[in-house]
Amino acid sequence: MVVDSVAAVKSAKSYVAAPRRGPVTRILENEGWFAFFLLLPTAVLLGLFMAYPFIEGVLLALSDAKVGVPGNFVGLQNFAVLLNDSIFRIAVWNTVLYTAVTTVFKLALGLWLALLLNRHFRGKAVTRAFVLLPFIIPTVLSTFAWKWMFDPTFSVINWTLFHLGIIRTRINWLSDPGLALVSVIIVNIWRGVPFYAISLLAGLQTINPELAEAAAIDGARPWQRFRYITWPLLLPVTMVVVLFSVIQTFADFQLVYVLTGGGPANATQLFATYAYQIGVGTGLLGQGAAISLAMFPVLLVVVVVQLLYIRRVEIH
Amino acid sequence: MARISRRKLLKLSGGGAVAARTGGIASILALKQAPAYAQGTTVHWLRWNDFVPASDQVLRNAIIPDCAKALGIKLNIEMINGNDIQARTTSAIQSGTGPDVICALNNWPQLYPESVVDVSDVADEIGKAQGGFYEESRVVANDGKKWIAVPWCVLGAQLAYRKSWFAEIGYDAPKFPQTWEEYREAGKKLKAKGRPLGQAVSHSFGDPPTYAYPYLWSWGGKEVEADGKTVVLNSKATVDSVNFAVGFWKDAYDDGGLAWDDSSNNRAFLAGTISSTLNGASIYIEAKRKPEVYLTETGTPLWKDILHAPLPKGVAGQFGYHLPMSNMLMKYVKDPKAGKEFLRWITSKPVYQTWFDSQQGYSVGATTIWEQDKLWEKDPVMLPFRTAARAGRFPGYAGPADRHAAEVLSKYIVVDMTAKAIQGMPVQDAVKWAHDEVAGIHAA
Repeated sequence: MVVDSVAAVKSAKSYVAAPRRGPVTRILENEGWFAFFLLLPTAVLLGLFMAYPFIEGVLLALSDAKVGVPGNFVGLQNFAVLLNDSIFRIAVWNTVLYTAVTTVFKLALGLWLALLLNRHFRGKAVTRAFVLLPFIIPTVLSTFAWKWMFDPTFSVINWTLFHLGIIRTRINWLSDPGLALVSVIIVNIWRGVPFYAISLLAGLQTINPELAEAAAIDGARPWQRFRYITWPLLLPVTMVVVLFSVIQTFADFQLVYVLTGGGPANATQLFATYAYQIGVGTGLLGQGAAISLAMFPVLLVVVVVQLLYIRRVEIH
Repeated sequence: MARISRRKLLKLSGGGAVAARTGGIASILALKQAPAYAQGTTVHWLRWNDFVPASDQVLRNAIIPDCAKALGIKLNIEMINGNDIQARTTSAIQSGTGPDVICALNNWPQLYPESVVDVSDVADEIGKAQGGFYEESRVVANDGKKWIAVPWCVLGAQLAYRKSWFAEIGYDAPKFPQTWEEYREAGKKLKAKGRPLGQAVSHSFGDPPTYAYPYLWSWGGKEVEADGKTVVLNSKATVDSVNFAVGFWKDAYDDGGLAWDDSSNNRAFLAGTISSTLNGASIYIEAKRKPEVYLTETGTPLWKDILHAPLPKGVAGQFGYHLPMSNMLMKYVKDPKAGKEFLRWITSKPVYQTWFDSQQGYSVGATTIWEQDKLWEKDPVMLPFRTAARAGRFPGYAGPADRHAAEVLSKYIVVDMTAKAIQGMPVQDAVKWAHDEVAGIHAA
């Protein structure tokens, strides 16, 4: 008892000397726990809105679920069906082509635009704001405008080309299978270039202009300055932008759905539009989920390769 | 203000509820009062944006207040693009919440039999009272055992054509090409004059399939045998039909049709760029609604130069596929009584009449009684729509209009078979591709 009371007196003294630490404070003072609590909200959000739907999607893809019918586990049967599905093969090819072509053009045009916008000229702020317009306007709205511009009967593009004497018969932008794919690619590039331009512009502005000036004094020409100074310093930003863009383009839906509905005769069918047609249009949720999930390995490889490359660039 | 005692209220609401539950519209009429629902009972009805805007106005301005008055139900009508209804239906079923009643096109109810309320009592009552449903309406809304939706209407599909332009090539009205060969020859002459025929052969719910299927049937082609299992699409008849379609397209049609949706041909016809197209009566109705806007090349009102005719005959006969619509009462609705009563009320003759009149013949009603309506005496140009639904068949023929037929339809396989051949795929390959796709669906 005596020992206890002495200890109590000691602790009372220390209480006076330093603020009392409750159990929560003590836990938070531990770095590991503190980090855990800081990450918890993000982890919960990611779990709810990313992991849960993903796992649900995987489970759905392994079942024969239909709209309103939970379905039974069927293993990889849905994926086996897809292998023999000619429309799915068209969708795979279209998606790869669509993503590859648009990414190259968006990068080239976006970089060019970013370099131009990085210069000093009158009305720079207004120009930069206008450049963002295609990206700001809701995709469905702007795609409807494009649909009118490509309309077989009322195309303003055809009208202009005809009156300039460039064409004699109309161009069937959305009726011809090849041209329809070209048309959706054009619209995707138009919509995506501002994202590249503004992101790369932000990257350009972090590069110290003195580096380019020093190189110029040393006799480096504009191309050499870009090739050996600007481009290497811009590369990490470029890779991140390309990464985001590839993911978005690979899973694109709205644009093709509004412009062609996947037609003519599936000529513009993409992963997402075909998944929608099967899952929502036909009610075969299991198969629709399998089509969506078929994108995943491809995207995973793209993401891993790009992230590894970014890390290598940053280390160097 | 009249005082209503508790006893009187109970009596009134009890009478109405019993009427609603047991006797339907007849009992409501006998009681001379609507069933009393709890204050604030709402029915949410999802349907398409009508191609006849006047009908949407009637629903908003007349039917909604009448429903409140007659049933004590607050009707909330939501109108969206027809192509988007399936997405809303799917999300509503999967999430277990959404509109109480969804107006489905084609045989969509066959895709959701587990998710809808059995409405046999309502459908049987309406069918019995109104001369029976058309076969097309029955096969899409009945799963063979029960009614999974209450048929709403059938949108007649006929060729809308320019009277004066066809007269110029020797078809003085009412003379019109009777066979596909005659129609092709006429189209060839018209296209040479810069007035091609127009047809959507694309991924859109209405015009592309309502043309592609009857065209196939008229040549003797069909998807499956009557057993609903034996796929017979790859036949001589189908190959002949696609072969003819390729030349027909080049000779007579507007190339743009491969990218058209259901409204594109309306716009093209109203703009005077095509001479004939398969459609509901919406082109004529719209031209008549705005006579000062839509004019012929000579400046006269366009509607006076429009006539209607059925699709031509083929070697196997003359067919039509007229788009059926039906109302599904969704199973996730906690208390379906109000929804059922609404369906019973809205499809009863006096109420439906108001909406039917506003359609001006664009739809023909799902029951045969509407063929006798006075509306058909008003405008002879609309007469071909009056009995159109009698000749209607539905995709999946000769099998049932079941989930398999719905899948073939929603994948646009029959439409794409022709589209692929038009785009240059060898005809045999296009037919074989379509056959394999249909066989794959039926094997699943």
